[in-house]
Amino acid sequence: MGVHQVTASDELLKEFSEEQLQQVDAIIERYQGKPGSLIPVLAEVQGILGYLPHEVQRRIAQGLNLPHSRVFGVVTFYSFFTMVPRGRHTIRVCLGTACYVRGGKKNLDRLVQDLGIEAGDTTPDRRFSLETIRCLGACGLAPVIVVDEDTHKQVKERKVREILQRYE
Amino acid sequence: MPLKSPDELEQLRTKILEERKAQGEKKGIVLCTGTGCRGAGASEVFDAFKKALGKKSAIEFKSTCCHGFCERGPITIVEPLGIFYQGVTPADVPQIIAETVTKGQVIEKLLYRDPATGQTIPTEKAIPFYTKQNRLVFGNNRHLDPTRIEDYMAMGGYKALVKALFHMSPEEVIEEIKRSGLRGRGGGGFPAGRKWESCRKAHGDIKYVICNCDEGDPGAYMDRSLMEGNPHSVLEGMLIGAYAIGSSEGYVYVRNEYPLAVENVGIAIEQATKMGLLGKDILGSGFDFSLVINKGGGAFVAGESSALMASIEGYVAEPRAKHIHMTESGLWERPTNLNNVETWANVPVIIEKGADWYASIGTQGSKGTKIFSLVGKINNTGLIEVPMGMTLREIVYDIGGGIPGGKRFKAVQTGGPSGGCIPESLLDLPVDFDELTKAGSMMGSGGMIVMDESTCMVDVAKYFMHFLKDESCGKCTSCRDGTLRMYEVLDAITKGKGKEGDIEFLEEIGWMTAEASLCALGGSAANPVLSTIRYFRDEYEAHISAKRCPAGVCTELITFTIDPKACIACGKCRKGCPTEAITGEKKVPHKIVQAKCIKCGTCREVCPSDAVKVA
Repeated sequence: MGVHQVTASDELLKEFSEEQLQQVDAIIERYQGKPGSLIPVLAEVQGILGYLPHEVQRRIAQGLNLPHSRVFGVVTFYSFFTMVPRGRHTIRVCLGTACYVRGGKKNLDRLVQDLGIEAGDTTPDRRFSLETIRCLGACGLAPVIVVDEDTHKQVKERKVREILQRYE
Repeated sequence: MPLKSPDELEQLRTKILEERKAQGEKKGIVLCTGTGCRGAGASEVFDAFKKALGKKSAIEFKSTCCHGFCERGPITIVEPLGIFYQGVTPADVPQIIAETVTKGQVIEKLLYRDPATGQTIPTEKAIPFYTKQNRLVFGNNRHLDPTRIEDYMAMGGYKALVKALFHMSPEEVIEEIKRSGLRGRGGGGFPAGRKWESCRKAHGDIKYVICNCDEGDPGAYMDRSLMEGNPHSVLEGMLIGAYAIGSSEGYVYVRNEYPLAVENVGIAIEQATKMGLLGKDILGSGFDFSLVINKGGGAFVAGESSALMASIEGYVAEPRAKHIHMTESGLWERPTNLNNVETWANVPVIIEKGADWYASIGTQGSKGTKIFSLVGKINNTGLIEVPMGMTLREIVYDIGGGIPGGKRFKAVQTGGPSGGCIPESLLDLPVDFDELTKAGSMMGSGGMIVMDESTCMVDVAKYFMHFLKDESCGKCTSCRDGTLRMYEVLDAITKGKGKEGDIEFLEEIGWMTAEASLCALGGSAANPVLSTIRYFRDEYEAHISAKRCPAGVCTELITFTIDPKACIACGKCRKGCPTEAITGEKKVPHKIVQAKCIKCGTCREVCPSDAVKVA
């Protein structure tokens, strides 16, 4: 069954545009029949849609001729994939060992308290998503907080609030 | 145009070298723009240099990746004198060009100051951090722009490949690697030559080689730095390995969190393909080899070889039992040889300089050098490369410059999350694969996290167990539940709810997790707990019996107080306190209202007179 035959469900059109869905279908088509394509497809689709809700997973499963359970399994296994929409800004707190012993956990606690969300969640106004990360490999700068593309080095707990103010 | 023979490669190299020689000893600036320095603002410094120098400058400006001394970034070196500047900002750029590059004058304030002597050190070569190292593999980073294959060529790049392809049989290459004593740098320490041999002997026409750059150990980043800074050395190693094994297809598996490594290895593959160093009939030898990049999805366990292959195949990264080795049946059930980045990068060095020379470095059972990431509570944070067998003391004090703030060394954690903590009494331990294992830790990929007296070892064990319980793939009950149970017990201990018998319970469950789990994650998951119990049992006991955290870390077990005699009533803590738990006014010693205190430690951090006490 070709991908073009899978019609966009109404459910998907509520969240995403026709154009976005066409892009998704194009990605699926490009990888069809190639072994090992599920993870690159998911990565590219998430790049376009921002997250991978069930409906999107179903579409990918159909397109690649895989069971939905397999797609769901992969999405929930790897920390890179997300099933919930992300905020405008993503805060990533490094909790690698070097950052941890230099106070990374304190920074995370402060963020959890200030934003009122747990790691992995997004604020209700979709301004921030909070994530923890295993190690950025910037251990010389520990503790590190990354907001979007900006790396903030040697962050003290009391500077956390100041940093967030720069992102609207 | 692709190069069609070794002669053409040599002609190109001669041309590059002659061009460079004709230009004479150029004044030059080398700026590190690796991930560490970028985090410290190197991109802005790069732009400032570009702008200040303009397009037709007689000054050569080179942007390289990681030099290793990440603590001091952004790092700039002015050639030909080798003047080393640290913490460079865009504002320093005009002065560097006007004074150092043009007139050869040194700018004092940008120099490295030795914490031991208080003296400034003008050149890179004289800095103790560098002098004690032996940078066989990592040293070239500083000399080359990773996006220019010409730089790699000028340093003798791809000579080892020519030697292997045209002057050695595949068997001879394997023999050379075996004789060199090279052991896998990814953690296992398996002899690389033996792995190659069994993959070569395995049945099947199609075989794969894989480069593992899913560097998941928190606190270790040497693979990323090699991949970012010298990708061609990894490709050359893979090419030689593929030739020896009889493989024509390879994969580079890189963590998604390493965008610059993905970018640079991508550029390197493109350039090598254009030059005919990858693809069909490489240099007219009849040997074909192509490479595909695969980006990881963010799972620690994917660094395990069978899990990594499952991930390339598009499955969840669960390891499998290895009764049949990956070298027999790996990726797509075909013979597969996987080595990590650093292992591959060692290969060209061995082939070019010979197994005997290589084996003369290191210890009886561990040959060559090892790159460590020396991080945590240490003065000189960064990547170091030292011969195997150097003692921990030399690494921590001579290269690392000791512990900051005059604090006392407590332990060094090696081997990543499933490694162990090595105490002060073992500082004279020579570091190699076997000695670390004997001490209850392991080499792992080479993370070395230094901890001082203000680090709580129970909290550290809890941290690692938290990490491991999250990252356990869940396939084996022993690992999935064992790590969780250990975490729960440790969590209770740090919260003052520890009870008699907890230590014994941890030991028992730790043993069970190690024995009954399939892969190395579960097999070594108990190391952080068992090694901290082994060397720091008194700290566990203090938490459990006396409900006290000697390091002053576990918030439920500590109270902050202000010593009225030491307090200068400056008000800094009062302003800094997030919960307004501090009372007092000018000239009146401050007090902490314990009911409001959340034990965040801000007061202690801001206090200029060290009046905040933890007990």
